Amino acid sequence: MSERVLLKNMRSDCGPVGFDEYRQLGGYEALERAVRTMTPDEVINMVTESGLRGRGGAGFPAGRKWGFVRKDAPHPRYIQSNTDEMEPGTFKDRVLVNTDPHLVIEGITMAAYAVQADVAVFFIRPSYNDDAELIERELSAAREAGMLGKNILGSDFSFDIEVHRSAGRYICGESSAQANAIMGKRPNPDKTGHMTSSGLWGMPTVVNNVETLAHVPHIIRNGVEWFKGLAATPTGDGTKLYCVSGEVVDPGCYELPMGTRLGDIIFEHAGGMLPGAEFKTCIPGGASTSFVTQAQLATPMDFDSMKAAGLSLGTGSIVVFDKNTCLVQATINILTYFARESCGWCTPCRDGIPYMLSLLQDIEAGDGTEADVKRLETVAAGMAHAYCGFAPGAASTVKGLLRSFRDEVREHLDGRGCPFGDMEKPKPGDWKVLDRDAS
Amino acid sequence: MLLPEELETEIQTMVREAEHVEEKLIDIIYLLQNHFGCFSDVALGHASRLTGKTTVELEELCTFYDFIYRRPVGRFVIHVCDGVACWMHHENSLFQYLCDKLGVGVGEVTEDGLFTVLPTACLGNCHNAPAMLINGKHYGRLTPKKVDEIIDELRENADNIIQCLCR
Ligand code: SF4
Ligand code: FES
Repeated sequence: MSERVLLKNMRSDCGPVGFDEYRQLGGYEALERAVRTMTPDEVINMVTESGLRGRGGAGFPAGRKWGFVRKDAPHPRYIQSNTDEMEPGTFKDRVLVNTDPHLVIEGITMAAYAVQADVAVFFIRPSYNDDAELIERELSAAREAGMLGKNILGSDFSFDIEVHRSAGRYICGESSAQANAIMGKRPNPDKTGHMTSSGLWGMPTVVNNVETLAHVPHIIRNGVEWFKGLAATPTGDGTKLYCVSGEVVDPGCYELPMGTRLGDIIFEHAGGMLPGAEFKTCIPGGASTSFVTQAQLATPMDFDSMKAAGLSLGTGSIVVFDKNTCLVQATINILTYFARESCGWCTPCRDGIPYMLSLLQDIEAGDGTEADVKRLETVAAGMAHAYCGFAPGAASTVKGLLRSFRDEVREHLDGRGCPFGDMEKPKPGDWKVLDRDAS
Repeated sequence: MLLPEELETEIQTMVREAEHVEEKLIDIIYLLQNHFGCFSDVALGHASRLTGKTTVELEELCTFYDFIYRRPVGRFVIHVCDGVACWMHHENSLFQYLCDKLGVGVGEVTEDGLFTVLPTACLGNCHNAPAMLINGKHYGRLTPKKVDEIIDELRENADNIIQCLCR
């Protein structure tokens, strides 16, 4: 078993670790060390040297992002910490917040110290209402103990965290859209400026995913070399929370060395395929990444290795498909999601996704032609011209389908429709009793 | 229609104490939505009056989001996940099962005023697919039997269950 870092305090009853328990387990020592003995620059340097990259999907080096906040930048400065995961397959932040809320709070506070922020806004999606309540409770405990608020731990660093409940839309996970959401505006992305110079209320703002932030206290406590040593690959960084769902025996959230091979995560850690199911493909990093082939299962799941294999790590959330699942139907499901969640700001996305969806529906119904497949390819390629990363994300499943499972798409053409229609197995839309439910 | 004094004061205090009132709009909308059962035009009027925002500004905002309901919904909104992991475990029939069982279509309210079924984006419970969320509570690994039990229990205890803010 490899070392657990983010989930190391996980209790046997899976309940959240409270303030006192967290303290006893060494919690807030990193914050103490930072505010008492380190300059903000030293914290930034350490995090930069550790190679920690953002876990929200983009993989941008966290330390470098913090370094963008100029020393003479005005106050108040903000941290936007993001627990808005809404991408199908992704649930790591929910697990993390529910396991060790103070680790997340300490991580946010460390980032705030590094960029000398004044306020953090903890952005939580509405379906995580319980988590929002939990964080609010634990924030009070941290405040009472002097870990938040005025003059933290007796230093001259003052900082506090507010919880912002979202009202639910996937695009709110995009940093500038999230800033608009917090500012009570319609949350369309806004690429006219840089968040680090002009984010929330026009002030310097650093946006980080909570999984990223939770690494920071550990890096400060245990050092850069230790952190680098956790990864399975030379360019990996630390550990990673991999979510596994779909047709596997033990779906769940696994903390493993960054760069653990995709196949190992599915077949060793998540227990392999359910009895009777046979692996066909998976989407390796949430619904905005593309289908992989069997041959790609050996790819290490870190940012660089995935990129080199023409894939993307995304949020590291793996959804596993069985051989009897129609991938045209799966793509229709995924595009329905993206069509619904599009913010509607730009034409390629607003019109392009529903168009791809209708082409796929024609193909699924047996009304598609080879020309439709070509058209699908053209529209998917056009998504690169959309305003933000949402539309290219939506297109990546379509691209993966056409690249790696073109034969399966072709089987649908020529008036025959879905070849999976006659399978004895229940089709999507039917109840299926899963073997793991029997226990 | 006046607001109960307690709610009026609560919102006034939120507005007064906020550094930027805009940051509180969603919370205020939630409070009014829970009071009126949905974010009706009357609720919207109150939000505008109390925050100083125009109705257009508020309308622009609240029509964007999944958890703000401009039309009446049941006391319990059943958010059924239609994300890909749940779909694979046949959530479509979970959706259909619920609508049939409750005798409603998408977004309609059951006769007793208790339930509305809505499709929703991934709930972050994919490892327990198929999943749904009711009144802030996650339910997973659903089967028809489990769904029946959940609905019965909500029906029985409807009066005693406290409404959560983001329902
Ligand atoms: S790509 Fe989609 S989500 Fe992004 S700005 Fe355009 S319409 Fe909005
Ligand atoms: S796909 Fe249903 S909860 Fe994530």
